Amino acid sequence: MKGYKIANKRIIESLKNDKRFDGRGCFDFRDIKVEVGISKNAEGSVSVKMGKTEVLVGVKMGVGTPYTDHEAEGTLMTAVELLPLSYSEYDYGAPKIEAIEPARIIDRGIRESGFIDFKGLCIKEKEKVWNIFLDVDVINDDGNVIDAGALGGVIALLTAKFPEYDEETSTINYGHFTNKKLPLAPDKMPLTMTFRKLAGAIFIDPNKEEELSAESRLTIEVSKPEKEEVINAMQKGGEWPLTTDEISSMIDLALDKAKFLRDVLNKSLK
Amino acid sequence: MTYTKRIDGRKMNELRPMSAKIGVVPNADGSAIFQMGNTIAIAAVYGPRIMNPKHMQNPVKGILRVNYNMLPFSVGERIKPGTSRRSQEISKVTEWALVPVVLLEDLPGTVVDVHINIIQADAGTRCCGINAAAMALAHAGIPMKDMVSAVAVGKIGDKIASDITKEEEDYSEDGQKAATDIPIAILNNTGEISLLQLDGEMPIEMLKEAIEAGKKACAEIYELQKKVLKGAS
Repeated sequence: MKGYKIANKRIIESLKNDKRFDGRGCFDFRDIKVEVGISKNAEGSVSVKMGKTEVLVGVKMGVGTPYTDHEAEGTLMTAVELLPLSYSEYDYGAPKIEAIEPARIIDRGIRESGFIDFKGLCIKEKEKVWNIFLDVDVINDDGNVIDAGALGGVIALLTAKFPEYDEETSTINYGHFTNKKLPLAPDKMPLTMTFRKLAGAIFIDPNKEEELSAESRLTIEVSKPEKEEVINAMQKGGEWPLTTDEISSMIDLALDKAKFLRDVLNKSLK
Repeated sequence: MTYTKRIDGRKMNELRPMSAKIGVVPNADGSAIFQMGNTIAIAAVYGPRIMNPKHMQNPVKGILRVNYNMLPFSVGERIKPGTSRRSQEISKVTEWALVPVVLLEDLPGTVVDVHINIIQADAGTRCCGINAAAMALAHAGIPMKDMVSAVAVGKIGDKIASDITKEEEDYSEDGQKAATDIPIAILNNTGEISLLQLDGEMPIEMLKEAIEAGKKACAEIYELQKKVLKGAS
């Protein structure tokens, strides 16, 4: 723990000067690299790198019965795996809150933005619907898994194709894909960024060292269904509170950064 | 009917196109990705680290711990994350495949963790995982006396074929399953075998032929492993 405290002091000083160790300003993302189609058995898949952080995101489709309160809608399930491969402190075993919370945040942005048309995933009302499984697997955790995973989730969904499906036997012919894309509303695409606060300084896209030092965070997920951006989901995390002024400025910045992320995303799909 | 021509057009002893790269997990002490056709495995090594809890330490030699995991989207129907009976067995046989080459007596009181993840599966995943893991161990600078290479040999119909695909694994004749899967790992310098499993039906006289095919295939895999590891230094 002593090591963190030494790092902490250095990090605080660098943030105050709006100059981080890697030369970035407080509101700059690291280099984002996107590679689509990294796993051919998945209906959709992508690798997203933010600096040294890498996540693989895959979409798998299944067919199941709908929830009784949404009888004509398909389902989405989002999971994040902090693989022990990705960081020396991660262990095997049932997902802990450190993996469950990012999965729920990523899920919420996608769900609440209306990006997925769940009615379009209905095969037969009350009986059969498509299930989307969105899996975020962390390959190298150097901070900011939430934003990398959320960006990957949107790209994996956008590039996913339905597998072949035989309605009579209700079986999926896995490994054989149709040309049909998922029922999505690309204009409602959710964009996710997480702000961190440390000793009064606010910054985004932390590396692991900065992430471990941060006192609190706020994730903001926005989409642009019409001309104006709307907020679809928020989550304040960490033990320290935020002031209303800090939250307002984070929201302003989020709207600005959403444009940047939308450009990154569109470029990666070309 | 017999299996005269391989589904993907390869010769019986021909491997799928391979590629490998090291240093793919920056956080790890060593890492590698290995691809055999449409099967892709990534492996990372953390260690040697002091073994905790202390009572699990071995004061005379280190401990090698291996975990094999398939990513949920690496196959047809989604796999639920977490361990299964299958993944636990594969983790163990992979550990046994690798442990003979690791000089654990040089690492008393420590543990070396090997994490293998299958990104994309088209048969031979445990072998591809071993190839990646052996390279990751070398990349991590773990003291080793040999390199391990692995391949899945198969009897498809009445033929021995190297580095079989899922489609070949599922091959049938007259509605009967007609494929036998034999994963093999070889210690390259001694020619010893550190992984051997068999799943199917194998005439005794053909087993030798299968093992010889495995050895020949592993020699090719070894060349790639060496080339990629040397290129890094």
